[in-house]
Amino acid sequence: MDIFGTLPLWILLSSLLPGLIIFLLKEESIRMRTTLNLFGAVTKIGLIGLMIWGVFHEKTIEVRWEMAPGMEMVLHADALSVLFVSLSAILWLVTTIYAIGYLEGTPHRSRFFGFFSLCVTATVGLALAGNLFTFVIFYELLTLATYPLVAHKGSPKAVRGARIYLAYTMAGGILLLIGAVWLRTIAGPLDFVEGGVLAEMSHLDPWALRWIFLLLIVGLGVKAALVPLHGWLPQAMVAPAPVSALLHAVAVVKAGAFGIVRVVYDVFGVEFASSLNLLPFLGAVAAITIIYGSIKALSQDHLKRRLAYSTVSQVSYIALGTAIVGPLATIGGVVHLVHQGVMKITLFFAAGNYAEKYNVHCVSEMDGIGKVMPATTLSFSIAALGMIGIPPVAGFVSKWYIGVGALEAGQGFWVIPVLLISSLLNAAYFLPILYRAWFKPAKAEWLEEYKKSGHKEMKATLVWPPVITATIAIIIGLFAAAPFSPLEWAQLIASREYRQ
Amino acid sequence: MLQELLYGLAGLAVFVIGLRGALLHDNWLLRLLSLNVCGAGVFITFVAIAYRGLTLPADPVPHALVLTGIVVAVSAMAMALALGRRLRSYDD
Amino acid sequence: MMINDAIVWLIAIPLLASLLSLVFPKKGTAIAIAGSILGLLASVALVYQVYQSGPITHELGGWKDGLGIVLRVDAMSALFIVMTMLVVTMVGFYASAYFTDAHKKAQFWPLWLMMVVALIALLASGDLFNLYVTLELLGLSAVGLTALSDNRAAVQAAIRYLGIGLLGSLVFLMGVALIYTAYGVLDLAMLATVVEAEPAAQLALALMTAGLLIKSALFPMHFWLPAAHANAPAPVSAALSALVVKVSVYLIIRLWFDVFSPVLQPTASFMLGVLGALAVVWGSWQALRAERLKLMAAYSTVAQLGYLFIFIPLVMAFPVGEERNTALAAFLLLALTHAFAKSALFLSSGVVLQRAGHDRIAELGGTARALPLTIFVIALAGVALIGLPPSGSFLGKWYLISSAVQTGQWWWIVVIAMGSLLAAGYMFRILGHAFGPDESIGKVMAKGSEEIPALILALTATVVLGFGSAWMWDFVNLASPLAGN
Repeated sequence: MDIFGTLPLWILLSSLLPGLIIFLLKEESIRMRTTLNLFGAVTKIGLIGLMIWGVFHEKTIEVRWEMAPGMEMVLHADALSVLFVSLSAILWLVTTIYAIGYLEGTPHRSRFFGFFSLCVTATVGLALAGNLFTFVIFYELLTLATYPLVAHKGSPKAVRGARIYLAYTMAGGILLLIGAVWLRTIAGPLDFVEGGVLAEMSHLDPWALRWIFLLLIVGLGVKAALVPLHGWLPQAMVAPAPVSALLHAVAVVKAGAFGIVRVVYDVFGVEFASSLNLLPFLGAVAAITIIYGSIKALSQDHLKRRLAYSTVSQVSYIALGTAIVGPLATIGGVVHLVHQGVMKITLFFAAGNYAEKYNVHCVSEMDGIGKVMPATTLSFSIAALGMIGIPPVAGFVSKWYIGVGALEAGQGFWVIPVLLISSLLNAAYFLPILYRAWFKPAKAEWLEEYKKSGHKEMKATLVWPPVITATIAIIIGLFAAAPFSPLEWAQLIASREYRQ
Repeated sequence: MLQELLYGLAGLAVFVIGLRGALLHDNWLLRLLSLNVCGAGVFITFVAIAYRGLTLPADPVPHALVLTGIVVAVSAMAMALALGRRLRSYDD
Repeated sequence: MMINDAIVWLIAIPLLASLLSLVFPKKGTAIAIAGSILGLLASVALVYQVYQSGPITHELGGWKDGLGIVLRVDAMSALFIVMTMLVVTMVGFYASAYFTDAHKKAQFWPLWLMMVVALIALLASGDLFNLYVTLELLGLSAVGLTALSDNRAAVQAAIRYLGIGLLGSLVFLMGVALIYTAYGVLDLAMLATVVEAEPAAQLALALMTAGLLIKSALFPMHFWLPAAHANAPAPVSAALSALVVKVSVYLIIRLWFDVFSPVLQPTASFMLGVLGALAVVWGSWQALRAERLKLMAAYSTVAQLGYLFIFIPLVMAFPVGEERNTALAAFLLLALTHAFAKSALFLSSGVVLQRAGHDRIAELGGTARALPLTIFVIALAGVALIGLPPSGSFLGKWYLISSAVQTGQWWWIVVIAMGSLLAAGYMFRILGHAFGPDESIGKVMAKGSEEIPALILALTATVVLGFGSAWMWDFVNLASPLAGN
């Protein structure tokens, strides 16, 4: 095994080892902790850069370890995993910077950053998983690593939120496990293969496969917050802002959505899944989730809760794109994995800043906040417009591809209305926020404080992360056709999925 | 033959009587006594099965086993009684 | 020469150490630790030997043809022996810090080492009567250890434990008597060749199984276990839950599948599976409701033993050969993982109990800050008890579900899912409280000698058995009588 092949292992270790060391650090050794965090995050990005090069040139990048006879832990890099891994690594770096600023002076930071690193390790492992067995392992580890983060504050409300989160994800994990074992038992060790593998196994009972699909999708749907399995998400937003940002953008919710993409494309194969009549079911659930989440978001005054329901809705675009057969819809769904992440993390950073600076938690308290926190609010606005689907921000691109893909597949008659209604609803719950923030008068004491601080919004570690992610959201929207953009990469993935 | 069977069945009967007592009594002392009865039943059975007819000497193996069994049972009972005294000392 | 007699050393060393520690009570700790480490090394040598040359038979004193005592070790017993020695060694380290009173130590070590002798001798025994003797020896030393907690509840639990143990042994012995009447042999290997499906053998097997079921605390015969395991001193609880009940399950598997396989009835194995399933659900439910940490751990043992019994109808559904061996290896992996995880959990409970002054779950707030390593160990043990990756029990449960799918016995999957969810409930309840805000507990730090052994056990259960157990499947295939060796 050459060094190049072992890259996935090093990518895991680049966050696992710093995480383990951080656990042992004293609370006061801030400098050491920060150095380790940033070192890990930057190293990971560097290693992933190498891996992208390798995948583009179709090199085999794979690590295998036998855990039991015929049960191998496989870490494997393909186009889809690279997309998700890069997203996680970049957003992790930004979130780490944000978290360092956000948690300054609060207790138990070593514990926090330790679990934070473990959480990213699990996410990256999930992205690199080369078969369902490995995927299940990291899926469960992700649950374990995020539970302490959700409960971090230790307040009764946080503990309760964490308990609900755990109940949902554990139950989902069991269903996923049963589905995976069942499939493994009847079909043998299935490595993920672009285009799917089950289609060639004609001896398998189609009804067994349907049940397995249902088990897998329900298990994954819990984390992906598909209605009616989404109940934990609004509760889990009691977590500190950086955790919510990570949970909603890359780690948990995205892990579920990524899993759905994997199961449909690389286990069943999208055409085979379609021939079993499984996709209409997935599409219907996704459509209901999209509409339901948006409607619920409308009535939330609490900002983070509104964002949480918005996540419920937005993540299901990925499932929707997956449920439509055809390369264009695939591109739309897959690229939304990245686009939603970048935009949603910006929104949560901004929400965290509002709460931190002026103790603003509710939409009704946000009058005029744009005047005293311009950079934060500008980032928030860009991301919100992107979520609605206004060009040139990234969100437009994904919705466009899903819509065109649906028309191409002859599914336009129901997908286009869903997209339209959802966009209108998005506008209905985001635009009033923007209006309040920019055009309503601000509180006098805010203006006074803003003036007194010499027009300085907040410390740099809190202001820059949303600005950076908002900029990325514009760039990947504007330059979607550039080489190595997420869209280009999604096109590469789609071309490989539909190769046969 | 009949005699041997009689002894064997008697052993079984004693065993069952002891078992019944051990399961039904609430008092620990009564339960221990029942266990002793139950043990005696097992030992009688072992002695009975050593019989190999009038022409052959008795099988030595079951006898050796019974001896070991009795030693174990006596030590266990001694321990139980010691524990019982400990229990009494807490109540006084 | 030394290597080839590893099994003899494994019995001789703890026996010698036990006697020495009785004669030199002041040096007890040093003798016990040295003896445990030597025993651990010998057990590793034993596994190596069995791996190299298949199952071994040792006739003590060179007496041939069943005249003397025969020791037999195959893959299953070798793995159980190495498990026993690792747990005993780690718990021994912990115990040397746990007991501060010299008088208590002097009482503890001889009994403790005698328990080790009994465990190893039982696992290596090749005939039915020796099994009875070792079962009694084990029972008596375990009762003595339970009573070491100097309080009324513990002594009462010990008396009850003793009564139950005697009852189980006598029922077992009656079964042995029937076997001797019918076949005139006690040697397991010889018995396996002559036993037939007839009423005498069936009744004998039923009696022996019943005796062992009482000892292994299978639902509904579990009633004695929580009190005994929760009231004993922490190191003793660890050994009782991890090892003592488990060897009875081992014996059931040994008798059923190696010796009495012509006699077996599918209905009987199904019944054991049902009782196992009830144990999983009932034990987990009680663990969820328990108010004290050690009681919760004890109920969790009731539940975890239930999983082992669910294997019986599944193993039986496979024909003798590789498929059956695979299921058996998964059973072993689950049993081993539970032993390490549960002993780590009991040791950590002991640390909490001693350092925080109580083990009431609702008042554990602040322990995560005061005893971070101990809480970490509890979390690791929890991962293994729930069956989450990367623990050995994750793989074990994977195969359990897989066997259920293969043999079409779907209903067990529902039980496994319920048990896992309930286990997550009771383990995370503890962690939730431990991370809670209540700051009533002061600045407490535990000594390394208390926390490190538990950490090693917990890491063995999660990481080592998860990533490093693939060889066990080969081992069971190579060196198991089930494979026809």
